[in-house]
Formats: sequence, C-alpha cells, structure tokens
Amino acid sequence: MRRRIALVAAAVFLIVAVLVAAFVGAADLNPLATAAALLHLPSSLDPLDRAVLFQIRLPRVVLGALVGGLLALAGAGYQGVFRNPLVDSGMLGASAGAGLGATLAIVYLGGTGPGTVPVAAFVGSLAGVAAAYATGTAASRHTVLGDGVATLLLAGIAVGSFLTAVQTFVLQRSASDIAAVYNWLLGSLSAASWQQVTTILPYAAVSSIAILLHGRHLDVLSVGDEEARTLGLRPGVTRAVVVAASALAAASAVAVSGLIGFVGIVIPHVARRLAGPSYTSVLPLSMLLGAGFLVLADTLARTVLSPAELPIGVVTALVGAPAFVWVLRGTSHVGT
Amino acid sequence: MTTLAAADVTVALDHTQVVKTVSCAVHSGGWLALIGPNGAGKSTLIRAIAGLVAYTGTVTLDAVDTKTMNARERAKVIAYVPQEPVLPPDLTVAQYVMLGRTPHLGYLATPGRHDRERARAAMERLDVTRFAARRLARLSGGERQRAVLARALASDPRVLLLDEPTSMLDVGHEQQVLELVDTLRKDAGLTVISTLHDLTVAGQYADALVLLDGGRVVAAGSAGAVLTKPLIESVYAARVTIITGSDGHPVVAPRRGTLRETRY
Repeated sequence: MRRRIALVAAAVFLIVAVLVAAFVGAADLNPLATAAALLHLPSSLDPLDRAVLFQIRLPRVVLGALVGGLLALAGAGYQGVFRNPLVDSGMLGASAGAGLGATLAIVYLGGTGPGTVPVAAFVGSLAGVAAAYATGTAASRHTVLGDGVATLLLAGIAVGSFLTAVQTFVLQRSASDIAAVYNWLLGSLSAASWQQVTTILPYAAVSSIAILLHGRHLDVLSVGDEEARTLGLRPGVTRAVVVAASALAAASAVAVSGLIGFVGIVIPHVARRLAGPSYTSVLPLSMLLGAGFLVLADTLARTVLSPAELPIGVVTALVGAPAFVWVLRGTSHVGT
Repeated sequence: MTTLAAADVTVALDHTQVVKTVSCAVHSGGWLALIGPNGAGKSTLIRAIAGLVAYTGTVTLDAVDTKTMNARERAKVIAYVPQEPVLPPDLTVAQYVMLGRTPHLGYLATPGRHDRERARAAMERLDVTRFAARRLARLSGGERQRAVLARALASDPRVLLLDEPTSMLDVGHEQQVLELVDTLRKDAGLTVISTLHDLTVAGQYADALVLLDGGRVVAAGSAGAVLTKPLIESVYAARVTIITGSDGHPVVAPRRGTLRETRY
C-alpha cells in the first residue's frame, strides 16, 4: 500500500516537473497554450513558439528525465549490489572513465563533431567499469576481504584514480582545452536534441528493464552472499548482471549530459525514506524521482541566470545537498 | 522418508583439513546434534552439508547426492540458519520472512498468493505475526531468532540446518526456541541437524549426538553413550560430573578444580 502511494506520488511529481519545465524558459510561452499544444489540441502558439517548444525545450526536458532516471536507477542498483549506501552511479571507474574518454576526444579529436564526445564518454565509462570489475574479481580470489564486495569497490577506487590521473596528465599538456573539458565535466543538457534522445533510448530501455527486473534479487542479496546462496540465488550472477546494466545506464546518461553528481547517490535514499528498503520499490521509485528531480534542476539551471546557463551539476548539488541533509535528519533514527 | 547422510566428508580450508572423513546420518524427523570443543569442525561440517564450502565425500538426501542438485533445488529442501544471520535492519519481519520463498520463485517471478500464504503460515507457527510490520533492527534477541527461523521455514524445507541456534539467548529463550524446533520436527516431520555448545541441552533435545574433535568423529550415538565422563573430560580437557537428570537425560555439570592439562 505504502509502495503504491509512493509510486503514484512520484509519477505525479514527474508529470508536474515536466509541465513546469515545458512552460518556463527564456522564451515566454503561455502555459495554457503550451498545455494545449502538448496535448495536440488547437493552440494559440505561433509557429516560432511552437518550434521553441517542440524542437528546443521538449527534447531537453525528455532528455533530462531520461538522464535523471538512469543515474538514480544506476545508483540504486549499485547500492543494492554492494550493500552500501554510499555508492553512486559514478562508482567503479564509471565517472573517471567517462571523464578520460571525453577529455581525449576534446583534446585529440577536437571534440567538435556531434557524436565524438558522447561516444568517447560512453566507451570510456563502460571501459572504466569493465577494468574495475575485472581487477576486482581477479583480486577477490586472493584476499581475505570476504565476499568480494569490498575488493570490488577498492578496485573501482584504484582504477578511478588511475584514469583521473591520466586525464589530468593529458589536460595539463593541453591547457587550451581546459575550459571545454571543465564545462563538460560539470554537466549540461544545453545540447539536447531529439537525436540524442533517440540515440540513448535503446540503451536506456535495455539497462533500466534489466535493473528493474532484479529488485527481488537485490533484496535477497541484502542478507549477504552466503545466506543468499542457501536461498538458491547465485550472488555472482546477480552482481554481474546488475553491475553491467547499471554501468550501461550510467554510461548512456553520462554520454549526453556530462558528469552530473548527486542524483545517483541521493535519490535512492529519498526513495527508501518514502517506501522502505525493499528494492522492488526503491528501484522504480528512484527512476521516477530521479527523472523529476533532474528536469527541475535543469529548469533552474537554464532560468536562474537566463539567458546564461548554470552547469546542471552545480544545481543538483546546490539544491540537492541541503535537501539531502533534510532527508538524512529524517532517517537518522534508522541504522544503515 | 528424508534421510540425510554424510559419507567421508572432508573439508580443507586454506590447505588445512578441518573436517576429516566424517560420516554421520539422521533419519526423517530426527534431530542430530553436532557437539565438540571450539574449532572441532562442527560449523564447517554443517556448512558443507548446506553446500557453502567445497568438500570431498558425499552428502545424500534420500540417496540423492546433493552435489547433483542445483542451488535452487537444494535450497527448496535444505534450509540453513547461520550462527549470526545477516539481518538488514530496515527490512520488516514480513519482508524478511518472504525472502525464504526465494527457492520456489523462478528467475523473474514475483511472490504470488501461495508464497504469501506459506510465509504467513511460517510466521504464525513461530508466533511472529504480531510484529510482522516491525523492522528487524527493533527486535529483541528472542524475537530475532524466531524471525530467522520463520524465514527458514517459509521455504517448506525438509531439512533444517541450525548453527548454534541459541548461542545469543538466555536460558529461557533458549528453551523456547529449542521447544519450537522440536515441535516443528514432530509436527512437520522436519529433519534437524544443529550444532549445540550446551552439552546438557544437546542431550535433552537431540535423539542422536556426534562428538567431533579435531575434525574427526570421536563418538556418536545416544546422549547416554556420548555424554560420558571419560569422553567429555578427554575431548574438552574439562572436569565434569555427569548426573542423571529427572527426565533420565544426562546432565553435564562442570566441576571446579585445577586442570591437569591445558589445551588451546
């Protein structure tokens, strides 16, 4: 019951966020006329406003929702797999790999082609996770850290630091690109287009369906690998599938938006606060809340200093951090 | 008839054999207690039977080698309760007990009416329905142990493996839990294998005892045959007096005195 109410509330939140984002912006659109146009009803919007709405604003809203949903879902997936509330979607070398990929594309390929930086970030992110996962699983055979979760996280930290070091080295030798790279690192949806939406949609669909189907498995995993095994679950398989799907989700998001922090770690906690710890509700709830949150954050990013834009990563942290503290205060009586 | 038998089971951990060619069996509805000093290999043997550690030898359930079963098949018939179960603090008792249905669910299946029904039955049998909505972090030691047993029973197992089920409980709660297990065994024909550190209690509840020392079986049989002064004194390096209790079971009473030999 509580789960159903939370899911409905989150869906309403997302719809409201999308509507607000569609009305608000540099070009002043009449809310009523906009709503009519969105519903394919006769509308008083002139052709220019129509173009603003459908070609500029709407793809950006949809892309924001996709990116936010994917980041939050990937974060929740990782938190479940690693039984660790401090994990987020950039873990396991994902963010560092994406950063290195984008930097290489900007420095050595000019980074101007429409697809270069996203593809490089996408490949870099997946490669980062693959390297961390391979290192971690190989190392866990030789350590005393138990079920391999800690080893995997440590391998992620090692791989991440290495990739970041390489990125810093490359950047250091090419000072003229620092601004471009820095801009990318802070995240932005200003280049949003329908083409970007359709490009990441297949990856987004596959990865999110895969993660959502494993909610029950993540619940079983919460009693530890050993007991999960005596319940007939194969923890290694679950972990590999959810890590792969989460990596794909995060990589698709990062490819079109740059590095947006905070969503992947905070939103799952808000979801838990609303509907309890079961991943069968935390996963779908994170996706809806993450989508709505990022749409609103992006609306702020493009309106506060309009017509200039704030980096969306700055907004998510500026708004998200205080909100998170508030959520934490509410959950402080709950042990981790 | 569910007969569980281990034959020549040997377990090596980090190249050291901790269980050495152990054979033991328990018939359907029976209760076998594994006893022995710390480090004798009791927990490791029970973990081998649960399929959690690699072993040589065979473990058969009704003459079927459990190595030929896949993880889910095995989980359907054998439930395992570790000495210190991991209890996710924010999960409710009802959610936790439902995890016990996992072996019966296909890869992408979700719990259905029958699963909810079985989970509810397990909760009722262990009298945890009253606090089904409470979070695990809020349970007392006795309530916690009952919730864990409910989770184990929710899978409708035929064999229940218990590793020190009462080590965290006071004598009253210990009796409560063991009486419960005994009732389940009689009502549902459950076969129980448990490690128990309290020798008197082991003699009272189990109908067969296996005394392990250094990974080997030193003695096996009824309480009267295993709980003898020479056996216990030599295996545990303790000084004890064996008294016959009012119910006819031996009571192992430690006796104060200087130890002739000290073992670690």
